[in-house]
Amino acid sequence: MSALAPAALVVAAETEEPAGIDLFLPAGYDILWSSVILAVIAVVFYRAVLPRFQAVLDERTAKIEGGLAKAESAQAEAAAALAEYHQQLQEARTEAAKIREEARAEGSAIVADLRAKASDDAARIVETAHRQIEAERQQAAVSLRNDVGVLATELASKIVGESLSDSARQSRVVDRFLDELEAAGPAAASAAGGRAAEER
Amino acid sequence: MPGPHDHWESTLSTLATPVLLAASEGEGGFHAPSIADFFPPAILFEGTLFQIDRIWIIRVVATVALLTIFVVGARRARLVPGRFQNALEMLIDFVRVQIVEEIMGKENARRFVPMIATIFFSVLAFNLTSVVPFLNLAGSARIGIPLILALWVLVTYWAVGIQKHGFGGYLKNNLFPPGIPWPIYLIVTPIELLQILVIRPASLAIRLAANMIAGHIMLVLCFAATQYFVFEAVPAMKAFGVLTFAGGFAITLFEILVAFLQAYIFALLATVYVNMSLEEEH
Repeated sequence: MSALAPAALVVAAETEEPAGIDLFLPAGYDILWSSVILAVIAVVFYRAVLPRFQAVLDERTAKIEGGLAKAESAQAEAAAALAEYHQQLQEARTEAAKIREEARAEGSAIVADLRAKASDDAARIVETAHRQIEAERQQAAVSLRNDVGVLATELASKIVGESLSDSARQSRVVDRFLDELEAAGPAAASAAGGRAAEER
Repeated sequence: MPGPHDHWESTLSTLATPVLLAASEGEGGFHAPSIADFFPPAILFEGTLFQIDRIWIIRVVATVALLTIFVVGARRARLVPGRFQNALEMLIDFVRVQIVEEIMGKENARRFVPMIATIFFSVLAFNLTSVVPFLNLAGSARIGIPLILALWVLVTYWAVGIQKHGFGGYLKNNLFPPGIPWPIYLIVTPIELLQILVIRPASLAIRLAANMIAGHIMLVLCFAATQYFVFEAVPAMKAFGVLTFAGGFAITLFEILVAFLQAYIFALLATVYVNMSLEEEH
């Protein structure tokens, strides 16, 4: 029980102790069952396990590659879009500047135009007013000449006592009177008087 | 010693599953690991081709676990992986990218990924049973599994080579490597023939089996010694149990490393051998 050597001896004697070389000389049943077991493993691995795993691994690889390509193209697209956006922005800025410039030019043209028009209008109004004034002045001069003539004649007839009915004389007297008036009066009056005299 | 040992064996053969799991632990005395561990008594069909024993059950359990994990993983595989799927994909990608594509290049790889993945994962699953409680023995510790896998590799690289270069071309490529004077062929050609017929598959199979056997023996040695020191030895010896337990702990971790490493080496060499047949000259 306690000693080692006798125990080993007993074991050796009791069973047909295999010799060392038996470890590497297969028994028939060992080969048979090993073949069966390995065949089962091989069939399952070949048929079910490995195809499935290969498929999943390949699919994942493809998916990752596809995803990377997609990401890359998306990035390129984004970069292109950004460039385009920048270009458009630049164009828009240029255009805005141009429009602003044009507007400014147009505005100043309009202002100049209006100013010219306004000064034209002003000139015309002044002209019209001048004409009107001139017309009224002439009218006034004419009516004044008539009235003054009549009044002066009447006055003179009354003073002189003789009728100045003779129209020729009457007119001569009036003219002389007016000439004197004009000679004594301001230049404008003389011009007017002169013209009035000519009209007569 | 004979008493408990007998008892253990008879329990094993009658109660099958639950009890055989305790097999390597023993029930009394010091159970020294021996070659007999790899030839447990039959449970069913003793002496026939269909003999079923403890290692058979270990292999079936490992197979069921492996297939369950991967079939469930494949069923649930989605484009956006969860944690479980990520872990599986990491393993599959390790085989696919680090082993097959690395050696063969992408275009050849696709054809051989299923084979190399099957080899890698089955070797890994059978190796890992060596540290799974109650299984405690690598399914690949007995030569059957490593040998069948090695033969699969052998047949594949012959088939690929013949398909690619024709039978004569393949033999010529391998047996008469160019660039050496002809008398040397007297030596080289037999060696190369031995190489492609025996040495490659044998080294694959024996390397794997021997690693697993050695690992199992070290583990059992440590834990059996711990059991013995702690429960059966005189009190003065009990402290050794701590030491042996620590050793067992370290070896368990080491076994996990070896399980991955051997699966990696097996898959890697299988890929290399197949790739040698694909290449024009080597």
